Parts: sequence; C-alpha cells; structure tokens
Amino acid sequence: MPTDVENWKSEVYGNEIREHLLEFAEEGWESIPADEHDAWFERFKWWGLYHQRNGQESYFMMRIGTPNGVLKPGQVEVVAEIADEYARGPAENPEFGDAYVDWTTRQSIQLHWIRLEDIPDIFEKLEANGLSTQQACGDSWRNIVGCPVAGKDSAEFVDALPVAMDLNETFTGNDDHANLPRKWKVSVTGCEEGCGQGDINDLAFEPAEKDGVKGFNVRVGGGLSRNEPRLARSLDVFVPPEDADAVAGGISALFNDHGDREDRYNARMKFLTDEWGTEKIRRVLQDDYVDFELQTAGEDLRDEYTYNSGRNDDGHHDHVGVHEQNDGDYYVGLNVLVGRMGADDTRELARIADEYGSGEVRVTQRQNVIVTDVPEEDLDDLLAEDLLDTYEPDPHTFMRGSIACTGTEFCSLSIVETKNRQVRYARWLKDNVEVPDGVEDFHIHLSGCTASCAQPQIADISLRGMKTRKDGEAVEALDIGLGGGLGEDPRFAEWVEQRVPADEVPGAIGNLLANFEERRQGDESFRDFVERTDEETLAELVEPEETSYADPYMHNTKLTWYPYADEDDMDASPAPARADGSPIPSDD
Amino acid sequence: MVVAGQDPAVSVAIRVLDDGAWVSVDDERRVSVSELWRVGGDVCACPDDLADFVVEGFTAVGADGRTVTADVYGQCIRCGADATVRTIPVGRVVDGEFRSLAGEAVRFPGAGLGAPSPSQALPVPGSVGED
Repeated sequence: MPTDVENWKSEVYGNEIREHLLEFAEEGWESIPADEHDAWFERFKWWGLYHQRNGQESYFMMRIGTPNGVLKPGQVEVVAEIADEYARGPAENPEFGDAYVDWTTRQSIQLHWIRLEDIPDIFEKLEANGLSTQQACGDSWRNIVGCPVAGKDSAEFVDALPVAMDLNETFTGNDDHANLPRKWKVSVTGCEEGCGQGDINDLAFEPAEKDGVKGFNVRVGGGLSRNEPRLARSLDVFVPPEDADAVAGGISALFNDHGDREDRYNARMKFLTDEWGTEKIRRVLQDDYVDFELQTAGEDLRDEYTYNSGRNDDGHHDHVGVHEQNDGDYYVGLNVLVGRMGADDTRELARIADEYGSGEVRVTQRQNVIVTDVPEEDLDDLLAEDLLDTYEPDPHTFMRGSIACTGTEFCSLSIVETKNRQVRYARWLKDNVEVPDGVEDFHIHLSGCTASCAQPQIADISLRGMKTRKDGEAVEALDIGLGGGLGEDPRFAEWVEQRVPADEVPGAIGNLLANFEERRQGDESFRDFVERTDEETLAELVEPEETSYADPYMHNTKLTWYPYADEDDMDASPAPARADGSPIPSDD
Repeated sequence: MVVAGQDPAVSVAIRVLDDGAWVSVDDERRVSVSELWRVGGDVCACPDDLADFVVEGFTAVGADGRTVTADVYGQCIRCGADATVRTIPVGRVVDGEFRSLAGEAVRFPGAGLGAPSPSQALPVPGSVGED
C-alpha cells in the first residue's frame, strides 16, 4: 500500500509546490488548513524548507543548495544579508547569537527560524543572485557534492566541476526525476585524493581512465543512515565526461522505477543495491535505461586516496590552510567550528573573499569554507585579517577535527544537543588534553541520532546521540565509535562503548588518547592502532570520567521548546507565531 | 490511518512523520523519538521483563480499539539490547481527542498497558498514565 507521503506526492509535488507555497506565504501561516499540515510540510521540503521541531511551529529551516559547494562572487554576501534579516528567532543561542549560517556536510547552507511569510522575499533575493533552495531537501536529486576545490586543485586528475554543474542543471527541476522514492545523493569527484567522499553517496562518479580517456567510474548504494552504513559499490562502468548525464539519468530513472515506494525505510539506493546486487543493476541499466553500450570500468585512482583516511599518509584530510592552486594562485581554507558562522562574520567572509580573492567562496564536506583565487602577494594581508582569529587556517587539532549535526536545537530526529556541546568539547579538549605526538588531523564527529548527518562512522572518534541513566536520572549520552575513515581502504568506526553520559565524554576522549599515546607503535595513526587492537581492549581504553568539563545540556533537551531559552518548558513556547513574531493562540 | 473515537462520527488521523521522527495525530506532532519508555514483555533480558527503552524511530502506526499503537525501534539503555517492538501503545483516543501516555506507564507489545510492580519500579517518580 502506498505510504501517506507517496499519496501526497502523487497529488502535488515538485515544481508545482512553489505556487502553493507562495500563496500560503502571502496569506500567512494560519491559511494552511490544519488537517493538511503534514502533507504540505512534507511537500515544502522539495523547496528546501523543513518545518522545525515541536515547540517551534511556524518556523522553518531553509536549505540552500550550492552545487559542489561553490558560491560565486557576491553570493556569500547575499546569504549573510538573508541570515541577518530573516534568520532571527524568538531566543538566542548562547554560543552563536541570533542570526547565523550553517555550512553543512553536503556543502550546502542552512538557515533557521525562517518564517513562512518571508519566503517570497527570500526566494526573490536568492534567485536574483543565482541561488536556490530547489530540491535542497525532499525525494529528489540533492545538492551534488565533490572535491571543494574542483577545477583549481593541483592534485586533479580530471576536472569534475563542469560535470557536477551540468548534472545539477539537468536534474534540478527536471520533472522526470523530481519525484523519486527517496532522497538521491550524488558525488562527482575528479581529484586524486578522494575528497568527494563518493563512498557514502547513492551515486558516485570517481576519477578513472580508460583507453587514454579520462572520465569516471561509477559506484552506487553508499550511505550512513539508520545503523545501516554501506560503502558505495562498483557498477563496473566507465563514463567519459560527455556521457555522465545519460548514465546518471539512467541510474536515477532505474531508482525511480524500482526503488521501494511502499516502505520509506527500505527506499534508499543502498537497499536496492543489497537486494539486486551490482550485476543486476548494471544489466537493467544497460537493457532499459541507456541506448549505448556501457563501457567496463576504467583504471581508478582509489589506491591513491588519502582524504579523511585516518592514516599517517601525508595526504589531504581536509582543506584547511593555505594551498597552491593549479593556476599559481592560492586557496585558504578556514576552520569553522561545527560549521556555524554568525551573520556578521559571514558578511566579513564575503568582504575578504572579494578583497583578496576572486570573491568566490567554497564550502567543504567538513563544514568549513575556502577563500579561493588569492594571489601569492596578497596572502599575508589576508592571513592578518581579524576574521581569521576566529576561523583559523591553522587551528588547534581538536578545533579542526570537530563536526556536529544540527541536534535537538531544531531537528526532529535528534536525541541529544549537539552543536553547542561539540563547541564546548573542542574547547575543553584543547585546554586539557595533550594531542598525541605528531598528530595534526584528528576527526571527532558528533551526530545526534542514527541519521548520521555528521558522518560519525568515518571519523577517528564517532559520537552518536543516546540516553542513559546517571544517579537514577535520565541524561543525554553518547555512543563512542573508533577508527573510522575513508582513503584507499574505507572503514566504518567500531562502536566500542555505549551510552556514556555526555558530561563524561571529554574525560573518556582524554583517557583514550593518553592510552593510545602509551601503547602506539612508533608514529602509527590512531586508526592503525584501532585496527590492530581488539574491541574489548579498545572499550577498556575509553574510560569515561567526570572532569572539569561542565555540560549544561544533560536534561532532555528535546522536551524543551528551545534548549537555551531562559524559560525552556514546552508550555513557554512562543510558537506558532505570526509574521511579526506574535504568538498565535491555540484554539482551546 | 484513521482511528474512530467512542462516537463513530469522531475520528483522528494518525501517521508516522518526518522519516520516523514523530507519530502525528490529526496533523499535530504528538509523540516524539528520543523519549524513554518502560516496555514490558521480552524486549530484552533485563530483570523483571522491563526494558528502559529509548525510542529511536517509528516505522508504523496502528490502532487497537481506542488505543493508538506504533512499531518502534530503539534500545534498552539498561542492557544495551537493540530491539524492534511492534504494536506498542503510544496513546488513546478519548472523546475524539488523542491523549499521550505518561512517560511512566509500562507498555507492552500488542497494545497492552500496565502499572509497574514494585520490583519493576525505575527511579522515576510519577503515575501510570492518563487513562
């Protein structure tokens, strides 16, 4: 039997949602029929709008898709202006204030506290400047990810940027691919280091060569969510750049026709790949969805991948710092702790990108930003800018490695508070824990639930939201996983310790790293150490402990209307609210 | 899915929403993941057949008379056992309105409810439930 979501989608979906959305915006929140809320909020996702969690009714998260993380000159300033004017809620975040921009792990942008009534003005401003929220969420082609310095990277095998942009152009707003069984995440990478993280996407184009032609090998069925992580699997297909559209469209159409529309939990490409196997997918793709002979896979570069590998391989583990481009200019990657940047700082980012570079800014899958096209002679002045005191190009290891998802601040699925907690963790670790000798890259990813938006399974230390009881009281807790990473031999973290009270996690990390330093062989990496150590021993080395770290979010933050409000009880919620912010009284 | 109240003319619409984050009742998000429930039966091997169960996701909703049920997956935080539990009660329809169960209620697969015995008491104060 079709799900409610499929029924709603069959009635109105895709591009046509916009007309209804703008009508509702014109008439105000109360014009959405009460018995159609679920249907419309599900549909609004296709236009990049998520209704925030309970206690925050009438406010939306807005996601702006930036293909391959590229923001053209002028676009960052537009994002800053929109955040400043429209992304202000009824309460402040104690770490980030009341207007901020989130750079995401899919190289996109998220704003919060957006009011329905403001959406027409925001859309107008975005679209006048070449930006869009179209298909940023919902069951369709999501923002395409890739190496964030595609086209500028000195370690590039094939320039994937034109391919990514062409796929975005072809499949955004394309009615034939607008209503898929589930989300569709695509990675296109041309660099030699694996920066596109294709392994964790539904569809991945990875650099390869066949018969002297540079192009892409194709993988399908990767993903991290729902405790069912999968690495993308090879389809044994090589695609020259000019055929990327046809092959990607064929696989998307195959998923459209054969993905599970009766069970959304089984609807992702990874489950179809489990069920069919890659040989059948390839055969059906060839027989039914492309009108030319597919080539077998070319020679790939996977044994050269170093990105986020967790190894001591002198490779690229992020894009932070000063790096030479292929044209002699430089790019400067700035560390954005947990990916959140205030609106004023975002405006400053736009200014320095314009003053020292081409004005372009790029977003990475580690929630950081990159200023590109900086001439060598301007580097010193750029590096002397005050903004770089906060968003450092050479940050402390624990600041550099921290990623966090949205968490219970806004998200419906999350079990625990995340961003502010991870900020506090990073600061405490920096002040209290010695970084193991020679370690510069150490990734700690905090995800509030099994949806895995912070990509916890591919970090040195993986943290995932849970609950436990401490002194009889229910408190927020984290599962701890170790030794995940990508690179040439990707591996998901081992979950070695469960339900550690959140206030004991920094102590656990400190003890673990001290134990690692004591036991490591030579300069082996943390991942190498984890791989040669049995799970029982690893669990013993974690040693959760209360320390000087204080955690203000131990209570059930999901039961608050906003975890940081002075009066945080659900009953104190000012939502839903009208366009002017005045609360709308309930009928009863 | 629609659940009839005592008056057949009064009914409520129930569904799973937002990738399993909520049970929605009449287009309001009424039951959330991340709650801790006491679940009886053989969910795990904990003493007294009582799991201290954190709900990580809803996969289906249903009804047993006036009782609204859900299929959920999650984990007992006492022993760490992962479990999928079917037809567990989440609330009741009374006079055409949905009432959530109190957090302290003991829930059983198959829409059952009960009061905790003294040996099942977890260190949380409170009553059995609204109904």
